[in-house]
Amino acid sequence: MDAAAMTKYVPRQPMIRHLLVAVLAGVVLWYLTTQLSTYNVYQVGEIASYVVVLGGLSLLTGANGQISLGHGAFMAVGAYTLGLLMTHTGTNFILELAAAAGVAAAAGVVIGLPATRLKGPYLAGMTLLFALAVPSIADKWPATFGGDQGLTVSAPTAPGSLGQEEWLTWIQILGALIVLVLLANLLWSRYGRAFRAVRDDEIAASLAGIHVARTRVLAFAISAACAGLGGALLALSTGVVNTGAFPLTLSIQLLAAMVLGGTGTLFGMVWGGILLVYMPQWSTSLSTDFNLGNGASAYLATIIFGVVLIVAMLAAPNGIQGGLRWLWAHRPRPGRGDHEVPAPIPVSVSD
Amino acid sequence: MGCALGVMLVPATAQAASTPGVTSTSITIGATVPLTGPAAPGYDEIAPAMTATFAWANAHGGVDGRKINYTYLDDGYNPANTATLTRQLVLQDNIFADVGSLGTPTQSAVQSFLNQQKVPQLFIESGCNCWNNPKYPLSLGWQPPYTIDGKILGAYIKSNFAGKKIGYLSQADEFGQDVVKGLDMEIPASSVVSRQTYDVATLAGPLSNQMAALKAAGAQVVVLATIPAATALAMLPAAVIGYSPQYVVDSVGADAPTVGPLLASFAQKGGASAGQVAAAGGLLNGVITTAYFAPESDTTNSWVQTEKKILQTYAPSLYAKAGLDGNDQYGVALAYTFIQALQKAGKNLTRQSLMNAINSQGHSFITPGFVPLSYSSSTHFGFEGEEVVKLESSAPPAVTPTGSWIGGVPVGPVETTSPGSGPIKKYTGPTSTPPKSLSSTA
Amino acid sequence: MTLFLDYTLNGLANGMIYAALALALVLIFRATRIINFAQGAAGMLTTFIAFSLISRGWGYWWAFVAVLLIGFAIGAATQLVLIRPLAGKSELNPVIVTIGLLVVFEGLAGAIYGNASRGFPAAFSQRGLRFGNTTVAFSHFDVFILVAVLVMMTAMLVLFRFTALGLRMRASAFSQEIARLLGVRVGLLFTLGWGLAGIAGSLAGLLVAPTSAFGPYYMNLILVYGFTAAVIGGLESPVGALVGGLITGLCISYVGGYLGSGLEPLGALALLMVALMARPEGIFARPPARRV
Repeated sequence: MDAAAMTKYVPRQPMIRHLLVAVLAGVVLWYLTTQLSTYNVYQVGEIASYVVVLGGLSLLTGANGQISLGHGAFMAVGAYTLGLLMTHTGTNFILELAAAAGVAAAAGVVIGLPATRLKGPYLAGMTLLFALAVPSIADKWPATFGGDQGLTVSAPTAPGSLGQEEWLTWIQILGALIVLVLLANLLWSRYGRAFRAVRDDEIAASLAGIHVARTRVLAFAISAACAGLGGALLALSTGVVNTGAFPLTLSIQLLAAMVLGGTGTLFGMVWGGILLVYMPQWSTSLSTDFNLGNGASAYLATIIFGVVLIVAMLAAPNGIQGGLRWLWAHRPRPGRGDHEVPAPIPVSVSD
Repeated sequence: MGCALGVMLVPATAQAASTPGVTSTSITIGATVPLTGPAAPGYDEIAPAMTATFAWANAHGGVDGRKINYTYLDDGYNPANTATLTRQLVLQDNIFADVGSLGTPTQSAVQSFLNQQKVPQLFIESGCNCWNNPKYPLSLGWQPPYTIDGKILGAYIKSNFAGKKIGYLSQADEFGQDVVKGLDMEIPASSVVSRQTYDVATLAGPLSNQMAALKAAGAQVVVLATIPAATALAMLPAAVIGYSPQYVVDSVGADAPTVGPLLASFAQKGGASAGQVAAAGGLLNGVITTAYFAPESDTTNSWVQTEKKILQTYAPSLYAKAGLDGNDQYGVALAYTFIQALQKAGKNLTRQSLMNAINSQGHSFITPGFVPLSYSSSTHFGFEGEEVVKLESSAPPAVTPTGSWIGGVPVGPVETTSPGSGPIKKYTGPTSTPPKSLSSTA
Repeated sequence: MTLFLDYTLNGLANGMIYAALALALVLIFRATRIINFAQGAAGMLTTFIAFSLISRGWGYWWAFVAVLLIGFAIGAATQLVLIRPLAGKSELNPVIVTIGLLVVFEGLAGAIYGNASRGFPAAFSQRGLRFGNTTVAFSHFDVFILVAVLVMMTAMLVLFRFTALGLRMRASAFSQEIARLLGVRVGLLFTLGWGLAGIAGSLAGLLVAPTSAFGPYYMNLILVYGFTAAVIGGLESPVGALVGGLITGLCISYVGGYLGSGLEPLGALALLMVALMARPEGIFARPPARRV
């Protein structure tokens, strides 16, 4: 039977659908991690953590229309929360991860409140300064925050015979799957509709009974929680929390990765995560192929990254996911009245 | 100690298959260093200088018939990148050891990983006291810890500038704090009238406020624990307001060919060409600093001549652009320390034999340093001694393609101490000279 | 008391520099409604070109003028090639493109010139002004910066408020469709706006270079604080850019001096939040009318 008939078997309820997709993805990833080398497994874990961060950013910017150039700071808040809890208390790491998300959400409220009054570039300016200011707090009080050496994060030991690297990657993958399911459900629910209504027309939304400011702050808080969780997960896998890991460029790269993946989409954030993790490696190896001697080739990788950003934006303004959707919508389909269909060729059509 | 290179004609014994990065014909080592980013200036020369030294060694047959392959990756001084790249080097590229990686925050981020993976983290390019950690026996420092700089400079200030008012301007991180720790061990607290700091992450322009505060406090001697860019950004605004204290600068930020160009434009008004400044005069005249090997301006020193030849032959484009400066010397010296360690580790090369060689024989390695290396089973520090140097316009200058830069003369004996509260002792032992075979090229 | 005076003068000197970059950002935003994140990096690249010219024997002022013209060309070309194709789509896309351009400029400067330390000459003496026996923390070069920024600001004010060209630029930014219907050549004006901003950015780069760690990244923090200054002053107002710059410079100087270095970003953030809470569109902006 063809695709049309198959849809009968896909559950109607979006919540269940999201869960099924997540389970399916989980199974595929499980198989993948057993086949890959240890280093690649570590990279898959990194991608998963970035997907968590980008998912929140996509909700904030895509669904709710607020630009943030400061999500690296929320990652720092989550990572440092995890580090401090791990250093001073001995609680279960899952609780610590949840606390990291919670504290980051609180930071999101702190920024989200003034953000309700700001539009576009003004909000961007404030979040940019936020990205600069938060790591400087950790630098200013090195005794608490570990200074140059940072805080050590001792990862939980892997159960049974599972390798340590695989275990850490799986924590990150599970985090990503859970967060994506929650975000997808959220975007489908009335909260998601409220986010989009506020983005599209504040006044109409307000007339319809939606509390605009509260919706905006909620979006900020949720996206900050995602960033905090992602930052904490990365800290768990690298084993250290250090302000040097949260420069201004991180926040800018997050925004770029989100837009390249496809603003507003959730699956596109997987492309964004892959870009963040593989782009540096790929552009470095490409530049060493040019064999310019190490000084120039190190910067060549930078140039390649910038060029890719520009070209991708010009070629696919809706990001990779947007581009894929466009391709899917414009795929050649026989016999559907699509003006791109070529002259009919006799084929046997099954029903 | 004239252990010449390339004399080993006996083929290496069959290597145990379990030592990663070592075959019968090659040794693969790696490192992470900043090649791009604001932390790169100067430090990006060290790894190419190391590569040139390894190329020289390989041209002479390598060590025990094994050629050294050195891979260094750009982490941009970002510990998150260091974590990823180090895992790539260890898990994917199977390096034998991590040699000459740079930075305190960056190397702290991977210290636990490397030790847990049993990969030696050798000769970390940072003067942090933290490398001497018994919990991480495979992590070794190399350059003198910053606290030793502080102690030796502090002792010099105490005896030569007694009664004067002292001010500090230090980088607000481990580097600056460690130098200040050392200074405070020697200089009485009542003499210190002002302690200023600057944050390297937000270093954008002149440190005018800090210098104004030092001037307002009446500091007659100003100690700078600064990177080269910050040394210039401190001296410039001080000169603007006509404030010229006696400067005492940590060796990290006192290399004349590196700091000189940054100050050059001050000496000229608009319209003059940027870059060149006469060796005489200039803001660096009279600066007190330290050195733990012969500086590039000491052209009669056999080590300086050897370093020049190695760079000229094996890194000609680097040499043509910048000549021999402190960073290149650092790289050659560090690389040669590693070569010595390989030689003493023997034909049956394992990570354990390498660590044993360093810990038990490190003190007898041939190096350009004024003092021998301190490695032992109880200490992970390399050099722990240096001498106080004064930059003098009458001293022979350091000549590079970019100009003629002020040279220095020693103003005290070579001294050793520890980063702890131990005393400072004079060192009267011999310095080593490069073995005969090192001074010939190709 | 003299320390307070020093902090104030330092704050004003830095503030002028932030104002210079803020003026460039305001020019582009007022003319085309886009924030050009590559503005600082473009200024950095043109200053490197000036460095090359001066090293080859060009006189400082010849290089100065040449580089301002190159800045115009780079700005106009950016708008023509990269920004125009994105018109009509999401407002985030030009942001990402300018970010990509920032990265490309940094990479180009790093690849061509390398990381080596270098200084950049100042237009005038950098020794402090002398009043009688005291030397003030404000050099001849700082005076030049002050004059240059005031001239730039005045030129922009005159352009937007008193010329027909400026009126047409403002109309194009306010409503492209209507401006086109009225015969305004909108595309050309957008390109012109970016070109003029390129001049301002190049000027900022030349003014900052002598007193900074001259390298591929030296304009980045200036961009952040310049953006802050523009936002505080109101992204539509040249006077706002100047005032915003001075306020930002003073705030950072006082916070760093009295509360310790390292707290400057927090101080700037606090200043920004206070300013925007009071006037969300900036101090000098006219409150917008909202159509319901």
